[in-house]
Amino acid sequence: MIGLALGLGALLGYAALKFKVEGDPLIARIDAILPQTQCGQCGFPGCKPYATAIAEGRADINQCPPGGDAGVRALADLMGMEYKPLNAENGTEKPKAVAFIDEPVCIGCTLCIQACPVDAILGAAKHMHTIITSECTGCELCVAPCPVDCISMVPIAETPENWKWKYPTIPIKPVMTL
Amino acid sequence: MNALVNLTQLIKTAKEIFPFHGGVHPPENKAQSTQLPIGELALPEKLVLPLRQHVGNIPKVKVKIGEHVLKGQLIAEAEGAVSAAIHAPTSGTIMAIEDAIIPHPSGLPDRCIEIKPDGKDTWIEKTPQNWRGADRKSLVASLRLSGIVGLGGATFPTHIKLRNDGKSGVHTLVINAAECEPYITCDDTLMRERADEIVKGIEVAQYLLGAENVIIGIEDNKPEATAAMQAAVAGTNYLVKIVPTLYPSGDARRLVHLVLGTEIPHDKRSTEVGLQVFNVATVLALYRYFEFGEPSISRIISMTGNVQQPQNFEVLFGTPLLHLVAAAGGAKADTSHYIMGGPMMGFALPDENIPITKAANCIIAASPRLFEPPPPAMPCIRCARCADACPVNLQPQELYWFAKADNFEKANDYKLFDCIECGACSYVCPSNIPLVQYYRYAKSEIIAEDKAKEAADLARERNDFRLARIEREKLERAQKHAERAAAQKEEVAKKALENTNKDVIDNALEPNIHAGAGDAQKDAKQAAIAAAIARAKAAKAAAGQGDAPKNVTDADETVKKEIAEIDARRKEVGLIDKPATEKPAIDTGIDIDKQAKITAAIARAKAAKATADAAKLSEN
Amino acid sequence: MINRSPYISDAPSVGAIMLKVLLALVPGVVAYVWVFGGGILVTIALASATALAAEAVMLKIRKRPIRPFLTDYSAVTTAWLLALAIPPLSPWWLIVVGTLFSIVIAKHLYGGLGYNPFNPAMIGYAVLLISFPVLMTKWPAALQLAQTKLGFIDQLQFIFSGTLPPQTMLDAVTSATPLDYLKTQLTLKQDISTISQAPIFGAFGGKGGEYVTGAYLLGGIYLWQQKIITWHLPTAFLAALAAISGIFWLVDSAHFASPMFHLFSGASIMCAFFIITDPVSGPTTPKGKLWFAAGAAVITYLVRVYGGYPDGVAFAVIFMNVCVPLIDTYTQPRVFGHEK
Repeated sequence: MIGLALGLGALLGYAALKFKVEGDPLIARIDAILPQTQCGQCGFPGCKPYATAIAEGRADINQCPPGGDAGVRALADLMGMEYKPLNAENGTEKPKAVAFIDEPVCIGCTLCIQACPVDAILGAAKHMHTIITSECTGCELCVAPCPVDCISMVPIAETPENWKWKYPTIPIKPVMTL
Repeated sequence: MNALVNLTQLIKTAKEIFPFHGGVHPPENKAQSTQLPIGELALPEKLVLPLRQHVGNIPKVKVKIGEHVLKGQLIAEAEGAVSAAIHAPTSGTIMAIEDAIIPHPSGLPDRCIEIKPDGKDTWIEKTPQNWRGADRKSLVASLRLSGIVGLGGATFPTHIKLRNDGKSGVHTLVINAAECEPYITCDDTLMRERADEIVKGIEVAQYLLGAENVIIGIEDNKPEATAAMQAAVAGTNYLVKIVPTLYPSGDARRLVHLVLGTEIPHDKRSTEVGLQVFNVATVLALYRYFEFGEPSISRIISMTGNVQQPQNFEVLFGTPLLHLVAAAGGAKADTSHYIMGGPMMGFALPDENIPITKAANCIIAASPRLFEPPPPAMPCIRCARCADACPVNLQPQELYWFAKADNFEKANDYKLFDCIECGACSYVCPSNIPLVQYYRYAKSEIIAEDKAKEAADLARERNDFRLARIEREKLERAQKHAERAAAQKEEVAKKALENTNKDVIDNALEPNIHAGAGDAQKDAKQAAIAAAIARAKAAKAAAGQGDAPKNVTDADETVKKEIAEIDARRKEVGLIDKPATEKPAIDTGIDIDKQAKITAAIARAKAAKATADAAKLSEN
Repeated sequence: MINRSPYISDAPSVGAIMLKVLLALVPGVVAYVWVFGGGILVTIALASATALAAEAVMLKIRKRPIRPFLTDYSAVTTAWLLALAIPPLSPWWLIVVGTLFSIVIAKHLYGGLGYNPFNPAMIGYAVLLISFPVLMTKWPAALQLAQTKLGFIDQLQFIFSGTLPPQTMLDAVTSATPLDYLKTQLTLKQDISTISQAPIFGAFGGKGGEYVTGAYLLGGIYLWQQKIITWHLPTAFLAALAAISGIFWLVDSAHFASPMFHLFSGASIMCAFFIITDPVSGPTTPKGKLWFAAGAAVITYLVRVYGGYPDGVAFAVIFMNVCVPLIDTYTQPRVFGHEK
């Protein structure tokens, strides 16, 4: 009996060492669901802090507008919580957009560069800035700091490249009502 | 040895057919368009060439508006690994490079080059290549300029399929001449009329691949084409294999199974099992490219369905659809729209005013009489007729269920991405459920999701990097401050010590003023404080406008170096595609650098002066 | 211009499939009339009318289009199968209650056509069998055996008013079914060879009943020939039933009936071709069909031999319906180009 206990204990100890998990996997798993927009609409300074807050129970799962309804559902699934609609205080789900700098207007103040959470703005002081569209997350954080209001959010246009097949909608029409 | 084994195997299986699961027998409707030989078209008024005509990156435009081009001239060159070139189909003037509706199920416009033919049809100087015995690698490399893509409809750039590292290990070349879809007869007529050229094309492809065996798979509903091909292969070791008419036997993996019994694993390309598959029209294009130096500028298209005289035509890419329709005697009055491709896998063209592209093997004029609008869909009754018809042996009824419920994970588990969208399932569905549409929808969504995930991962990485960088910058700044402070302190202390020493000497000389030493020491302390204040001021000055941007204006060399590094890295991964924006950034960098250096120098001078003053003060 | 390939189709409609199922039942019905009298026609008509009315009302309540679903004939098929399963001399309300249960509860409350997890006819049958066991086991004797022969009018009168012609006792026109009789006699320590001397036994199964069964077999073969059903379900069901009854019979033929008897009595053939072949509540994979049918056969046999009811088809089918998702999950065929 004692031998068994010791054996199992050793096994458990070995397993704990062998399968040791680095960091908090829950935070990473929540973070994996979040869209990484880094927009701060959730009230936290980025996706990771929000993920940490959810994991620690300091934040609700419905505070991420860019993640949208699907995001809330995925979080609810992961956390074993009840689904709830997006909290309107944090904003509403919008079609994905990227920032666009009206380049002739730009004075090169670099304020937007400092605001960008993913270094997606290229430029230098007193020189025109430009957005690296492929890296822009559409967080809108650069819009407010611009002193000359030259940044606007442009919804991503549909092209044959990013076009998606639509959900089939073939309604069953009432042919005859008895 | 290996070749010998393959060959004997081949002979053994010369007649044997290896059927695949499922398949359907739709009415063929092929006879209508095979009555007449391949027709020629008059030059149209204009040619509109979409840049997106193939799988992969869109090519880079090499011409300007107003430029005169010759027939066969390269007007857009392949960009990136998977891409294909586009050539002027006739001589004329570039009229526009703008967005226009392209033949794509989305119905969305895309970039096109419009050419107004000059009517002379003048060829550019052709450069035929003697491929026999030539270096395969350079031949294949030259194919990048040919514009040849898979003409069976998949439009995959051919030079990639032929890319041969010298040990591709392709032992068998399968020529796809099955043409299983109803209505389509372009390959059929091509084989009837140009079998010799096709066989020469096969020789080219065989040489480029280094394949020992060649099998040509033809459905048994094309006796004329089969006879022509059999006559043409006489004297070669090519094997014409007749496969039963069963849709979709023309799917590459299905055909390979039919003729060889080989099941290409789902996660492998055919070359990984020593096979390569080419369509007859594609190998013919290869032949014309090498033998005559003619790039891919036209193809054979079946113009059939609800037109007066269905026929196959050799059509220049970019030809307006209606020009082709007119050549077939015009559409009948009740024509409602046009379908590109066959009735099983084709799509309804979004507009009549679209050009013919490399992907167009068939255009069907549709009418409600020919293609009855589907009755309303009923619920799935799980009859599994779709599963019986599926050539991939999927369970379409399960996939439908998951796709309908947006349960994409499950759909993936049930091998959604193995679906070839052949439409056999919908074809036999008693409930008229648009199954393929559900699968396309689910695939689109999964692909979009994966892309979003990739983008999110990139954003996370970049955000993490930025946060780490800010943190490091802070640390570095703090460290520098600390170092500078230490240096200053040492200096002050040294000076103060000197002063003290002097005082001591003075004291020794004048013991009366002994009390002065204490004062001097106090003074030294004060001086140090004053120096610190001055230093802070100087540091602030050095930092430029205090709260100015840290990323560039900060005169810190390491940071500058880092920015340069980041830029270099970005450039490397192709994020900076405008050198115009990059250049001023560098210039500015230098300017700011200078400016900052000056400011810093001034500040340093001031600080030095302040220190000196303080020292003087203590001296007094 | 809808972008949905393929633009052509070659499929019978759901309605056409169901009509063929009904057509396949016709020989069985004819034999039934010949053996048990014309009362069954009334029962079928009543069940069909009830089913259509219930279907229409439920579609209306569920705000579904009515016409396409009434003309898919799935409700009528359910009604026929139920009518053929319950004794022909049943009062009208029994038929109506059973049909209503099938259509309203077993079909529409689960989502209607395509969504019902259980075979609606079998649910209706099982509910009646459990609720009204006496009525449900009062089978009329085959006309050839009955001491008193009931005419069509007499049967009609009994169905609607519950009265028989004067001087006729219900027991005189009904008899135990062969399966029932066998079971009772076996508990009385009779052995098979003695029991099977009884007049209700025919050449293979029950006298008269075996003709009806034979007619069902004909209909079933028609369905297979028309590709409405595949061979998997009937073959596996009958083979498994023959196998398990054969094993028991070989071990102890005095106390276990022969495979032939099991195949041709009760609802075996009906079940093999018409009941378990309901696609909605059945499995979809070829291998799954084999397992499903074999499972149903084994349970049918066990209920017949050891259960409380003479025939176990309904319970076997309902039990196997529960297992369908599991069966389908574990019998996925190998996809082209995949290892397994």
